[in-house]
Amino acid sequence: MKLIMAIIKPFKLDDVREALTPLGVQGLTVSEVKGFGRQKGQTEIYRGAEYHVNFLPKVKIELVVEDGMVDAVCEAITKSAHTGKIGDGKIFVLEVERAIRIRTGETDAAAL
Amino acid sequence: MTRLSTKRALAAFAALAPMLLFATGAAANDEPKIDTGDMAWMMTSTVIVLMMTIPGVALFYAGMVRKKNVLATLMQSFAACALITIVWMVAGYSLAFSGDGKYIGDLGRLFLSGMMETWDKPWDEMTITEPVFMTFQMTFAIITAALITGSLADRMKFSALLLFLALWSLLVYSPVAHWVWGGGFMDGWGVLDFAGGTVVHINAGVAGLVGAIVLGKRRGYGTENMAPHNLSLSVIGASLLWVGWFGFNGGSATASDANAGLAIAVTQIATAAAALAWMFAEWAVKGKPSVLGVISGAVAGLVGITPAAGFVAPVGALVIGVAAGIASWWASTELKRMLKYDDSLDVWGVHGVAGVVGAILTGLFAVEAIGKTAGGVGQMIIQVQGVVVTIIYTGIVSFILLKLVDLLVGLRVSEEEEVEGLDTALHGERLG
Repeated sequence: MKLIMAIIKPFKLDDVREALTPLGVQGLTVSEVKGFGRQKGQTEIYRGAEYHVNFLPKVKIELVVEDGMVDAVCEAITKSAHTGKIGDGKIFVLEVERAIRIRTGETDAAAL
Repeated sequence: MTRLSTKRALAAFAALAPMLLFATGAAANDEPKIDTGDMAWMMTSTVIVLMMTIPGVALFYAGMVRKKNVLATLMQSFAACALITIVWMVAGYSLAFSGDGKYIGDLGRLFLSGMMETWDKPWDEMTITEPVFMTFQMTFAIITAALITGSLADRMKFSALLLFLALWSLLVYSPVAHWVWGGGFMDGWGVLDFAGGTVVHINAGVAGLVGAIVLGKRRGYGTENMAPHNLSLSVIGASLLWVGWFGFNGGSATASDANAGLAIAVTQIATAAAALAWMFAEWAVKGKPSVLGVISGAVAGLVGITPAAGFVAPVGALVIGVAAGIASWWASTELKRMLKYDDSLDVWGVHGVAGVVGAILTGLFAVEAIGKTAGGVGQMIIQVQGVVVTIIYTGIVSFILLKLVDLLVGLRVSEEEEVEGLDTALHGERLG
């Protein structure tokens, strides 16, 4: 099992979801986050007062899948979240030791 | 205010009347009567001018502050509304509109008691009653006080604010209103101020600027992010101001007449022109047309046309709007930075500067057939004199009052309270 964590542009969330559903992804978690990367920040101007906003709003999605699905899921996210402009985001893949479904007590692959 | 020129005309008429009318005995026909149409319009105007302050100014300002100071900012306008109502009832109205003093009214309307002798009769050559006139004028005193709070945002003690606004309304607003509208010396000079460009906006703008300087900058000004927390509130506030201003300028005709109708038309034109002027100026220089910019421009246009509304034609209004929009944009963005004062919500930059531009251009664009005064260099000089005297008087007295209040209760909250935010520090409440 792997945890796939992707930071994407907020407006791409629906596209990513639509791309993942056909792969058999059973669920994912979404958070609104802020951060910076190569895009750095942006400048806002209010009546001449300029504020450099260092942290830009992004969406973080997290899902746990079986090892065999990792490549397909990563490819689907890469394609669907892609705009080609700076600030498209990143994908991280992490090892997951255990998974448990609280309602039934099922574990690992059966719990996903 | 047209009522004063009417007054003079009637006085001249009265001097001739014995000779002319002795034979006919028809004098009774010239007595003003209560006109229900005028009454209805003036009461409507009163209501919508009150709406300009609560919730208009309150929301306009509250949207521009940081989230920790939103309730405190709303509170300042709302409390000012209640406070100035009582101040006006007790003595403010009397000092502004009672008696024929050159510099200040008298105490003939203290607690409004004198008013009740003639409460149901036509008042002062007008076709409305005095309670209506008094309440209409009260809403002007209220908004002037509420406007000042914008430059003091985020850092003034609430007790100090109340004390300052009450004293300021009695010692600055009422006298200046008397000079221009109550038969004082500026009226004698022939200064044109239809609905309060000088009395309301230059007055509030100067007091705001002096307040911002005496109070000092907000902590973290220039280094911390002080971006507005919710400009949608400001858009609603500015829109309420725009709508309410038809009562402000249209009602200043003190009648439901042709003058009021034209005032409304030119108000709409100047406001639109100024909103576009600020928007395009910002778009050209900074690259983006901002929401805060277009609403600030609209308010600048409303201010600019205020002194002119009963005196100018549509083309004059267009030019006044563009000039007010550009001047306020420059003052709120460049001038403020050059001179390094923290007029937090640009009371001087918008109300003061557009007020000055409007007052002076009223002297240029006045049309004799509309308001009985022709524009020109001579009238512009009279207008400049009115502006200069108001700025000097308001500047000095506001400064003295602020120092006095500082001595009595202290002007500014502690550093800890300022960082925590005025909502919890001063009022024990906060947004969710």
